[in-house]
Amino acid sequence: MIQVENLTKQYGPLVAVRDVSFTVSTGEILGFLGPNGAGKTTTMKVLTCFMPPTAGRVTIDGMDVFEKSLEVRRRIGYLPEANPLYPEMNVQEYLTFIAGIRGVAKAKLGDRLDAVAAVCGLKEMMRREIGELSKGFRQRVGLAQAMIHEPDILILDEPTSGLDPNQIVEIRNLIRRLGEEKTVILSTHILPEVQATCDRVLIINRGRLVADGTPHELTTQFHGDEQIQLEVRGTTGDLLKSALATVPGIVWLEVADGKDVTARITAERGSDLREPISRCIVDQGWTILELHRERTSLEQVFRQLTSTEEGADA
Amino acid sequence: MRNAWLLCQKELRSYFNSPVAYIVLTVFLLTTGFFFTSSLFLYDQATMRTLFSLVPVIFLFFVPAITMRLLAEEKRSGSIEVLVTLPTRDWEIIVGKFLAAWGLVIVAVLLTLFYVLSLSMIGDLDGGETFAGYLGLVLLGGAYAAIGTWSSSLTRNQIVAFIISMAIIAALYMVDDLLPILPMSLAPVLQFLSTSYHYENISRGVIDTRDLIYYASLIFLMLYLAHHALASRKWK
Ligand SMILES: Nc1ncnc2c1ncn2[C@@H]1O[C@H](COP(=O)(O)OP(=O)(O)O)[C@@H](O)[C@H]1O
Ligand SMILES: [Mg+2]
Repeated sequence: MIQVENLTKQYGPLVAVRDVSFTVSTGEILGFLGPNGAGKTTTMKVLTCFMPPTAGRVTIDGMDVFEKSLEVRRRIGYLPEANPLYPEMNVQEYLTFIAGIRGVAKAKLGDRLDAVAAVCGLKEMMRREIGELSKGFRQRVGLAQAMIHEPDILILDEPTSGLDPNQIVEIRNLIRRLGEEKTVILSTHILPEVQATCDRVLIINRGRLVADGTPHELTTQFHGDEQIQLEVRGTTGDLLKSALATVPGIVWLEVADGKDVTARITAERGSDLREPISRCIVDQGWTILELHRERTSLEQVFRQLTSTEEGADA
Repeated sequence: MRNAWLLCQKELRSYFNSPVAYIVLTVFLLTTGFFFTSSLFLYDQATMRTLFSLVPVIFLFFVPAITMRLLAEEKRSGSIEVLVTLPTRDWEIIVGKFLAAWGLVIVAVLLTLFYVLSLSMIGDLDGGETFAGYLGLVLLGGAYAAIGTWSSSLTRNQIVAFIISMAIIAALYMVDDLLPILPMSLAPVLQFLSTSYHYENISRGVIDTRDLIYYASLIFLMLYLAHHALASRKWK
């Protein structure tokens, strides 16, 4: 359980993170979404005990990240944004070094190396020098480093940046699998990433938290009404209009006559009118050519929340 | 302390995995070897004295070349972020890195025992004097390695770290040469500050605890300052 209370972090006069609060429960995969410069990395650096907050408090399993720093660090695995490694070491040496400082027992070391090599797809690469590896393999070494000690919490800063599409899919699957047992916090500025991997999303913009919820909640919460697109054969616009007037929950209706009649229906937020609408049309003996519900995508929510300038949150 | 030892091993492995260690050791041996053989034929004496007066000057370049990357490179590449978020204390990182650099300096110094060996075969070598000279070199090397560790903690640029440590080393080695131009009352202070004064004391074979304490405090002070620089990220 991670608790962030009123976290503020300043770099000199620049406020990088402003009064952010959230909690993450055990076993959750939390996506930290925001444009570049939003304050994602800064927040993660505080969570991982790299630097203290200017104000506010962060506790992990009840322990303050700065009072009980060593104990907190033991429970966390961290993949920094730049994934810095030591190019002159080979993969095995590097992971052994990290495991040593992580306090992995000598007797368990071999098993742990085999396990992370298998999970991260590094089996063939253990004897290779890190500097010779491709970006994708280096990213896996970074992930292996973060999980060598079986931490309860993984903090991954842009884990898929710089990878090609196939590698991205692999790493996402890996994160999903890890998330079955562990708490994972990952940051990204790429939207499909959170949709593909996360249970919950925090959207952060200019250092402020602007949304917190499941991808589904956010899409329903932030764009109100639903749109239904309809195409019907065997009627006229006026007939369709009066027929649909009997369906409760319709807010707005536009019809266009043509060879077939098309209609654009705006329905109340959170309602699903596909069934009553289709029943109404079928009862009249008309034919539905198309019935399509358009939902606000997370992408629209994201754009809406992160493009609002100071005016919105002032 | 176990972590400091693990870090020291990692650092030594990095030295020997990359060409750094081999290049600096080779250059060190070539320069000392050149001066050793030329002075041997010049004075025709079985003594290590020329070497002992020469190595401090070679150290001026040699030690900063070894220490410049210690923390500067970690900061440049960002790997310091991984290091300090591991469950290890900041001082363990500093001590581990310092020990690795000092270790490499000691390796270089010990390689010159080859000259001692060849001298002892051709003439009568004063064992006590030689031992004292080596002790002086090892302590001087330790002080320089600590200065280099601190310099490297101040910047993310290895060249800058090299220049800072060389400047400090040169200043501390030469402060007592300022004696003639400064008031006499300052003489004891400057002498006490000077690394060369204590080095010469030890090399002469008089091993005084004051000289040992001087080196220990200098090393301690430098590592304290390096720790301070590393911990500065925690200032609010
Ligand atoms: N070490 C630093 N010193 C000064 N400003 C910084 C530093 N790190 C980040 N910033 C600034 O803080 C803000 C948030 O940055 P960051 O947390 O890296 O955002 P994100 O990871 O969301 O892209 C940015 O405006 C960035 O320029
Ligand atoms: Mg970032």
